[in-house]
Amino acid sequence: MKSDQRFLYAIVAAAAAVAVWIAFTGFMLWSALEPAERQPLAPLLGERLGPLVVLAWLVAVGLLALALRRGYRHFVAQPARLLEQAQVMLGTDVQRELTPAGSPENQALTKTINELVRHRAQLRGEIEEKVQEASRDIEQERNRLAALMSELSQSVVVCNLNGRILLYNHRARSLFRALSPTPALAQGADLMGLGRSIYAVLDRRLVDHALENIRQRLQRGFADPSAQFVTTTPAGQLLRVQMAPVRGSEGDPTPTSELGGFVLMFDDITQALEEEGLRDKLIQGLTDRSRASLANIQAAIEMLDYPDLEAGQRARFQAVIRDEVRAMSERIQDLAARTAQGLKTRWPLEDMLGADLVSAAARRIEALYRLPVGSDRVDAALWLKVDSFSLLQALTYLAGRLLDEFAVRSVQLRLTPASGRAQLDLVWSGQAVSTETMMNWEMDPMRIGQDSTPLTVRDVVDRHSGEFWFQRERVRNEVFFRFVLPLAAPHAELAASVPAGGESRPEYYDFDLFQTSECSRELDEHALAELTYTVFDTETTGLDPSRGDEIIQIGAVRIVNGKLLTQEVFEQLIDPRRPISRESIPIHGIRPEMLSGKPTIDQVLPAFHAFAQDTVLVAHNAAFDMRFLQMKEQRTGVSFDQPVLDTLLLSALVHPNQESHHLEAIAERFDVTVAGRHTAMGDAMVAAQIFLKLIPLLHEHGIHTLGQARAAAQETYYARVRY
Amino acid sequence: MIEKILIADDEPNIVISLEFLLKREGFEVSVARDGQEALDAIRRDRPQLVLLDVMMPKKSGYDVCQEVRADELIKGTKILMLTARGRELDIAKGSAMGADDYMTKPFSTKELVLKVRELLGSPGP
Repeated sequence: MKSDQRFLYAIVAAAAAVAVWIAFTGFMLWSALEPAERQPLAPLLGERLGPLVVLAWLVAVGLLALALRRGYRHFVAQPARLLEQAQVMLGTDVQRELTPAGSPENQALTKTINELVRHRAQLRGEIEEKVQEASRDIEQERNRLAALMSELSQSVVVCNLNGRILLYNHRARSLFRALSPTPALAQGADLMGLGRSIYAVLDRRLVDHALENIRQRLQRGFADPSAQFVTTTPAGQLLRVQMAPVRGSEGDPTPTSELGGFVLMFDDITQALEEEGLRDKLIQGLTDRSRASLANIQAAIEMLDYPDLEAGQRARFQAVIRDEVRAMSERIQDLAARTAQGLKTRWPLEDMLGADLVSAAARRIEALYRLPVGSDRVDAALWLKVDSFSLLQALTYLAGRLLDEFAVRSVQLRLTPASGRAQLDLVWSGQAVSTETMMNWEMDPMRIGQDSTPLTVRDVVDRHSGEFWFQRERVRNEVFFRFVLPLAAPHAELAASVPAGGESRPEYYDFDLFQTSECSRELDEHALAELTYTVFDTETTGLDPSRGDEIIQIGAVRIVNGKLLTQEVFEQLIDPRRPISRESIPIHGIRPEMLSGKPTIDQVLPAFHAFAQDTVLVAHNAAFDMRFLQMKEQRTGVSFDQPVLDTLLLSALVHPNQESHHLEAIAERFDVTVAGRHTAMGDAMVAAQIFLKLIPLLHEHGIHTLGQARAAAQETYYARVRY
Repeated sequence: MIEKILIADDEPNIVISLEFLLKREGFEVSVARDGQEALDAIRRDRPQLVLLDVMMPKKSGYDVCQEVRADELIKGTKILMLTARGRELDIAKGSAMGADDYMTKPFSTKELVLKVRELLGSPGP
């Protein structure tokens, strides 16, 4: 020990100093004596002086050593101890009070250090709190955004620059389900999923071209740079796609004109276009055929002008005219009937439950004028197609004028269906309105309290392609304004459109994908935590595919960025076209009658292949499932050549001393709840959760990348097991 | 010589009037009810002029027009197209197909007669 040596050196030095001092004192004494005086002393001292001097030296050295030790402890050891303790606190997060000891200065220093440590802890706490608050905010904003997106009635997909999907809403999922070549099998999850490529659905060149346009507009400083294009899908639908840029955020080092990704909004315009085409055809037909009819009539009339016609000829020309007039009337009648639906309206109207509109109007009128509003005659089943804002304005405005000019005590709102349309009445009892007043009310710009708008009641009615009149019912002594409004189809399907199979909000977004960039590196070099996985399981008729055993069920779930996406699943029963062995039925619970009429493996494997594309396959005892898949490669033409990980092998790798690596045993070890064991989906879910828990454990074993995991798994004992 | 005119139109209601009118004007008139019939009649009867409706079954007026112009024997036949389609585009197509003139329905019969005489270069009775 350095300090001990220093202490020894100090004692040696002290001993030497005392010896020198004694020698010096002796020498001084000796030299102060006269030679005559020395004479008698010499023999006197000679015998006794040596031991005495040594004794005195030893005593002096002993006393000094004691004093030095005390001083050393007090002035050196105490600060050194303090230093060590302070260093511990500097290097770690340990927080404790140091006990003051040693010299007063040392004690004061200790107190100061204690104070500093307290300050540090406090600062850390504050920072921690702020960080947590910030992440809570972010989380909240994300959830809010996800909630907002899920409510949108438009299909929205957000992608990063590589075309990977970061976010989508339920509408988009439904739309893509309709686009999928195998909609019934993968439920659209083969096309629409977090981390999947949008280029599976959209031509990459179209997207690149649109992105280029947006970049140019950004550079030219357009405030609202967006692009749109129309594309056809393999199934023949027409999609109008609007693209808006996602720009780098303000904190980013990249300039804000740089794109971070893009938002796509999809409209299926197939039907709209068809309707428009039909309308054009009707109009074209009408004009062409009317021209022909008019020509026939005109020619006939001009023939009739000849004075010398015989009666027979005259009758023939008159017949032509009558015939053509009748044909024209019929055509126009027909056109009116056929276009009534299509030409209904150009103003964008929304579907709204009639009762909601009435209660909103009632609330506004009551709040604004303190005028009681009755609404007991409202057909609760009616859905309207309305521009609710302007219609509410019109109702409120009319109620206001009734109050101003007739001092009505109350009004009633009434909603009834009538021959394919809805009648919305504003009813009051008492005085009727004169035709002139009525005209004014209808044509004057509306004023509600202090607010005025250029709109008139007539404008509002026109927006709805509706009608508006004033009527009196003498029997009931009631007068009312009547709005005739278009009906919408009842919205029974709204409830059904909520995604099934998940009590929590579905994972439709993963913004972490914004950060990940496409790497040309082999998948092997990717970190396990950042890869996309398809965890799957199969149920089979037996254990030996080479003897004709077949897959009867596939269940799979995706893991993206370390998150289990319980909404993006693949689950399918498969008709094996052969009997199922009786013994296996109790295990998987699949009875032969459940499989009849299900798709065959030839149909299901391509769909599953699409679902699993660009991902790493994960299965428990993967070798078994992979053999079944590979047996079918030739027949179905799809090959599963992506990397495969086996939870059984990985478990054996991290827990080599455990006896069992059965799925249940591992699940118990990892505290994973097993639900629906021995259904393909249930087992896939369990394997996925286990796999997620394995990743950090592999990390501790120095296994970080896919390549390392695959190499290590191969070395484990179980890798040699062959089925 | 009496000039021969073929009326090619599938609508009897216009044929009645045109036939009556042109006979009265002193022409020899025959009638065809679709495009194919019209072509056959042109080859058989060699009319000097055809009143050709555009919208006809089997072959449209455009097709007939094109085939007439491509056939050395009958390419000299004057063609006056009648159509209910009044778009400029249709008129352009008619003249591209080789029609001599074009009338949009409805038209005045007096004008029709004037056009026919003009095309035939005959001064009238």
